[in-house]
Amino acid sequence: MSQQPVVFTRRSFLEGLNLSVGGLALGLVPTVSAEAAAPGVGAKSAPELRPNVFVHVAADGLVTIVCHRSEMGQGIRSSMPVVIADELGADMARVKVVQAVGDAVYGDQNTDGSSSIRGVFQALRRTGATARTMLVAAAAKRWKVKPEQCEARDHAVYLRGSERSLGFGELVADAVKLPVPKPEAVQLRPLSELRRVGTELPLLDGPAYVTGKAVYGADVKLPGMLIAVVARPPVVGGKVTRFDATRALAIPGVKQVLELPTPQRPYLFQGWGGVAVLAENTWAAMRGREALDITWENGPNVSYDSEKYREALLESVRAPGKPARSVGDVDKALASAARVVEAEYYAPHLSHAPMEPPVALARVEGGVCEVWAPTQHPQAARSEAAKMAGLPEDKVTVNVTLLGGGFGRKSKADFVAEAVFLAKAAGVPVRVQWTREDDIRHDYYHSASAQRLSAGLDAKGKPTAWLHRTAFPAIRSTFSEDVTGPVARDLNQGVLDLALDIPNVRAEMGEALAKVRIGWLRSVNNIFHGFAVGSFMDELAHARGVDPRDNLLEVIGPARHVSVAELGVTALPNYGAPVENHPVDAGRLRGVIERVTELSGWSERAKNGRTLGLAAHRSFLSYVGVVVSVKKDAVGKARVDEAWVVVDAGLVVNPDRVRSQMEGSVIFGMSLAMYGSITMKDGATEQSNFRDYRLVRIVDAPRAIHVDIVRSEAAPGGVGEPGVPPVAPAIVNAIFALTGTRVRELPIIRTVPV
Amino acid sequence: MSIRVRVNGVEQELDVDPEMPLLWALRDVLGLTGTKYGCGQALCGACSVHLDGQVVRACVTPIRRADGREVTTIEGLSPDGGHPLQRAWVELGVPQCGFCQSGQLMCAAALLAKKPQPTDADIDQSLAGNLCRCGTYTRIRAAVKKAAGVPDSK
Repeated sequence: MSQQPVVFTRRSFLEGLNLSVGGLALGLVPTVSAEAAAPGVGAKSAPELRPNVFVHVAADGLVTIVCHRSEMGQGIRSSMPVVIADELGADMARVKVVQAVGDAVYGDQNTDGSSSIRGVFQALRRTGATARTMLVAAAAKRWKVKPEQCEARDHAVYLRGSERSLGFGELVADAVKLPVPKPEAVQLRPLSELRRVGTELPLLDGPAYVTGKAVYGADVKLPGMLIAVVARPPVVGGKVTRFDATRALAIPGVKQVLELPTPQRPYLFQGWGGVAVLAENTWAAMRGREALDITWENGPNVSYDSEKYREALLESVRAPGKPARSVGDVDKALASAARVVEAEYYAPHLSHAPMEPPVALARVEGGVCEVWAPTQHPQAARSEAAKMAGLPEDKVTVNVTLLGGGFGRKSKADFVAEAVFLAKAAGVPVRVQWTREDDIRHDYYHSASAQRLSAGLDAKGKPTAWLHRTAFPAIRSTFSEDVTGPVARDLNQGVLDLALDIPNVRAEMGEALAKVRIGWLRSVNNIFHGFAVGSFMDELAHARGVDPRDNLLEVIGPARHVSVAELGVTALPNYGAPVENHPVDAGRLRGVIERVTELSGWSERAKNGRTLGLAAHRSFLSYVGVVVSVKKDAVGKARVDEAWVVVDAGLVVNPDRVRSQMEGSVIFGMSLAMYGSITMKDGATEQSNFRDYRLVRIVDAPRAIHVDIVRSEAAPGGVGEPGVPPVAPAIVNAIFALTGTRVRELPIIRTVPV
Repeated sequence: MSIRVRVNGVEQELDVDPEMPLLWALRDVLGLTGTKYGCGQALCGACSVHLDGQVVRACVTPIRRADGREVTTIEGLSPDGGHPLQRAWVELGVPQCGFCQSGQLMCAAALLAKKPQPTDADIDQSLAGNLCRCGTYTRIRAAVKKAAGVPDSK
């Protein structure tokens, strides 16, 4: 009954890919011949056996589909393979899903930006359709008929109007002899023929999750492996001046103590430096770290103090900044307004805190390096591993385990770099295990931010001017030294793409120097922009004496595709998607507002003695409206009792995982809204574990979260992140309705008991 | 010091530091990796296991406390994943990343053993120590009730 430790070798991994038995293999870009494609690690001699493939049909009929995106709870392993299988006509019972290693042949593997389905939906369909085209061509040739007379379904090709059929496996030997068809020769099925896309799909890894068999980063074991726990400088950019390992080395099980390299600015994906204790087990390594005697030099970031920084950010938005969006004449309109409504908002740093702290296992021997890690970004991990191992990337294999949560943290490869450095230095495989304290103290933090919004109203109370100033340390500061604050494209998220039916609009950016490593966290700058805009819309409604829903719909304006000219920008980054395919669609934003207020009984809210808050936000090319019901509990704390989410993400592959992402977004959004705060004192993080970095627990969770998905055949938008931004403003708007207190600073607990 | 402990029905003799937390004895020594490390301070519940049928946080339970006793981990909750809670978890699609779910299931199983027809308040109280960063709480409540045969009034 007891489960043995998982021991992986390269051979077993390749066998896991089932690429040693021959068959038809296709990459994401089918026009690239197998020979011409970049060779992956572990490539075999026959071209079709290379692992640069998404679909592999074996002679026994088994279809292997490679999932090249990381599974971190969004359900991509349950969703993406279905798209390929549906185009192919495969029976999911005879499909095996395997996880890709990090390799550029798969295209972009960075599992962030809510990009997996929206980014490659069509490309994956083409991959499945190309395999189908070849199998159909092989069958047609065998039967001496035209391909149009054949159809692929249920894992076989059928000759229409006859009883004849050939299983996929039976066709492989002929299909591999055919040229890979050109894209124009491959026809996608009509959407109605994709049998499983959009239906209730099973959770592929469900049984593994509930039996303890799912393999995460710390569950892989290699013979002779040591566990490393690292004492890192308290302040980023700090370094070790001296250390004494005597006491640490005296602890039974501790084998080695090694110093890690000090990172240079910009910090990129380098480790934090420090001193590592390597031991036979995790407990000994943790005790060994406690026994280290280290003197640190803190470096220039020691002056970082969150209270002072907050004031500096607020000062920054009290003065004019660099314009990022401009239409009409805001200054003139504000000067001539009958009334000006103004408010300032502040939101602190946040830590990702995935339940699985960062962890990575590396082995460097015999001129090759192999890594096992819960990484969102296997190619970045490969690149960092290669640097640390001193090897070319083609000598590095990054195996992607399941992720115990990611939220953007695991897109950064610093923990992989640490593991590879230590494995090379120690001469044995090393697993670096971060403790929760390490995770909270040494994160790539979500930006702290300040914003100031001003709206001018005419004598009738109609908005005539909108000025939005925002200041926050930009993510680019982690990657480049000369970053002094945001640039226009950093405002893409919730500022530039905000539909406003107001003639004079300007958005400005204030300076903000980064003093910690800034990283992206689930929905990124949309968190604070959504909070400020969603709150200010509600403030405007109350100032005007208009129902918040009616105000929101009026300010957004009529259903329309809002042009770049109307937005007042020269270009819209638009999450990397062409505006033609994914316009700023005021109609879809209105749609989720109308639907979510209908479902929550918005217009009858007073009758039921409830206080509801509403917010809606466009992000990652999707539209989400949220209503929350807030009540006071027995001890006077405001609690979210019920939530409604309406999401328009265009075409949806896996509705159940979309619902679960929206449910999770409500909880994630509640955590950051009510409790989330990372603060710095003397350059070091003041929080360290869940005691002082509080997250929502089941006792805080709403009684119910109702999710409604807008039925749509529009190009898919993102799902993992767009549910988060409207949650915080919906809560503060409900709290205002309940208590009359306007919360303008996150976390809410600093202003109102929650 | 040698520790004798019955883990998932199998007698084990461990020659480890008696202060080593049960979590690391399970994971690093016995290779039972279904029990997870999340905080090391009994704040998140990811390491929850049963010690003589009672929930303990393995990350703060020294292995010496398990000497002569019976430990059940997620691997031993059922022979084949067929515990009513495991079935309900899969049927309702509870897990997102899945990392906290071993601990959630072990706590829920201890609740049902004690109280086969739990209320929402019972469920919340029993699972209050189990964090889920993905936010599966509403489905956890529904799945516990499904496993218990309690109607869900939502």
